[in-house]
Amino acid sequence: MPEPILVTESLHKNFAALIATDSLSLEIMPGGIHAIIGPNGAGKTTLINQLSGMMKPDSGRIRFAGQDVTDLAAPARVRLGLVRSFQITSILRDFSVLDNVALAIQAGQGHSFRFWAKAALDPTLREPARALLEGLDLGARNDVRSGELAHGEQRQLEIAMALATNPKMLLLDEPMAGMGPEESARMTEYLAGLKGRITMLLIEHDMDAVFALADRITVLVYGRAIATGTPDAIRADGEVRRAYLGDA
Amino acid sequence: MNVGLTRCMTLSRVISALVLAICAFMPFLAPAVGEPFLIGMFARAMIWSIAALSLNLIMGYGGMISFGHAAYLGVAAYTVGILSFHGVTSAWIQWPTALIVSAIVAFLFGAISLRTRGVYFIMITLALSQMLYFLARSAELYGSDDGLTIARRSATGLSFLNLNDRVTFYYVIFAALLLCLFVLWRIVNSRFGMVIRGIKSNETRMEGIGISTYRYKLAAFVIAGTMCGLAGILEANLEKFVSPDTLNWARSGEMIFMVVLGGMGSLFGPVTGAVVYWLLQDKLADLTEHWQIIFGPFLILVVLFARGGIDGMLKRRPRDA
Repeated sequence: MPEPILVTESLHKNFAALIATDSLSLEIMPGGIHAIIGPNGAGKTTLINQLSGMMKPDSGRIRFAGQDVTDLAAPARVRLGLVRSFQITSILRDFSVLDNVALAIQAGQGHSFRFWAKAALDPTLREPARALLEGLDLGARNDVRSGELAHGEQRQLEIAMALATNPKMLLLDEPMAGMGPEESARMTEYLAGLKGRITMLLIEHDMDAVFALADRITVLVYGRAIATGTPDAIRADGEVRRAYLGDA
Repeated sequence: MNVGLTRCMTLSRVISALVLAICAFMPFLAPAVGEPFLIGMFARAMIWSIAALSLNLIMGYGGMISFGHAAYLGVAAYTVGILSFHGVTSAWIQWPTALIVSAIVAFLFGAISLRTRGVYFIMITLALSQMLYFLARSAELYGSDDGLTIARRSATGLSFLNLNDRVTFYYVIFAALLLCLFVLWRIVNSRFGMVIRGIKSNETRMEGIGISTYRYKLAAFVIAGTMCGLAGILEANLEKFVSPDTLNWARSGEMIFMVVLGGMGSLFGPVTGAVVYWLLQDKLADLTEHWQIIFGPFLILVVLFARGGIDGMLKRRPRDA
């Protein structure tokens, strides 16, 4: 049995009277896709905010790759390989598509206190960025200002930026949000292709995508994990059906 | 190739080259057109260009709207003045000392103010620089409100670099301007520059790809402060006088005008902005002493209708053609 790559120990987060994360203990195994599902307001994004370091938990610990990262700031966690994508597309809108990805690759190459050489002429940034965009069907859009991309393309760029940092683990916050069925299917296929290389924690409302991709699923309701198991086990779980999937 | 050629020939670049050419030949042009006072005016405009260029690095490229940029101009000018007052006249001591002092002040001010965002950042940079303004006003030894007269310009000890010679000093300023433009051109296109611009575009995203933004912003702040210090050194030498007004918020505001007027985040924009500012101020002041009544609305029009300032306006044209 391999060591889990990400562990949370009784993670707790309140917003005033609202309990967003309730004694949540998770173990994510390396290589697979672990999906978190649950109704709106279950605390899924709050969980990703805490895992990525953008929000501090009230109590509990987070360990990543054998290291306690609870007190590490977000950028330091990224440098360890724990990288998130955003539910509301977060890209550099005034930058070209290629520059977005090249900058993320640059960020993964150590400090940027280099003041003299032109970044736009650096093949160690441009080449991998081009290759990555090619793989995501964004290759033809390299020179477009990213703010002018169609929504689905922006979602792809969002993922491309996260990937460009060379992550060990991705925290994907609704990667398919706002995508059409076709785009959604393509993204599902792409993420499936990353399986094995990069561990993924996936939050997604598109249940087709979730059940197609996930090795394990945790169901979150009011910040509490009510069930964790294989997709088949979750589908069969009576409590989950009542709480979330909708009992037919 | 054709695309590259047209791009090189944009109106914006032609104007930039023209402005630099006028600056380069002003010591000959001014006497030729019978208005020798233009030399001093352009020397002043170039010094202001350097200050505005430095502000543009953090404001135009980095999105940090500092309302206290005059602080670095002032401390460097005062460093030259105070050293001179105590009999240290060598440029080789005065200039590096002044640059180091402005770098240290920029580091301290940046370390404090960059912990805040938005309006708070603007207010803190303003408050910190006003602190220095009031400190200067209360420094009796150095003239308080009346300011400090500098007996003579920094001594270089080199016969071909005698700053008391008007034309020589003019070209020292011109060379400093070119140096700053070159250094900034390299910086904004470097890896560091991309990070600074990325922070302006979306700071949360930069943190999301692993950039600890604070240290990069602070480094940009120190670079900008030091460069503004160079402007302060030149100004102290040009005017042979330094007063608390050098540190006043009004000076910081003027720098913001120039950057906005010329075009935020365009390399050459602040130079155009500074030159236009000086010309407008001079011409409008001929019309009325309340020239700001005309200048104010003009600036508002620029902000409303010419986003990207003069430079942005010029860049839009060739695309239609």
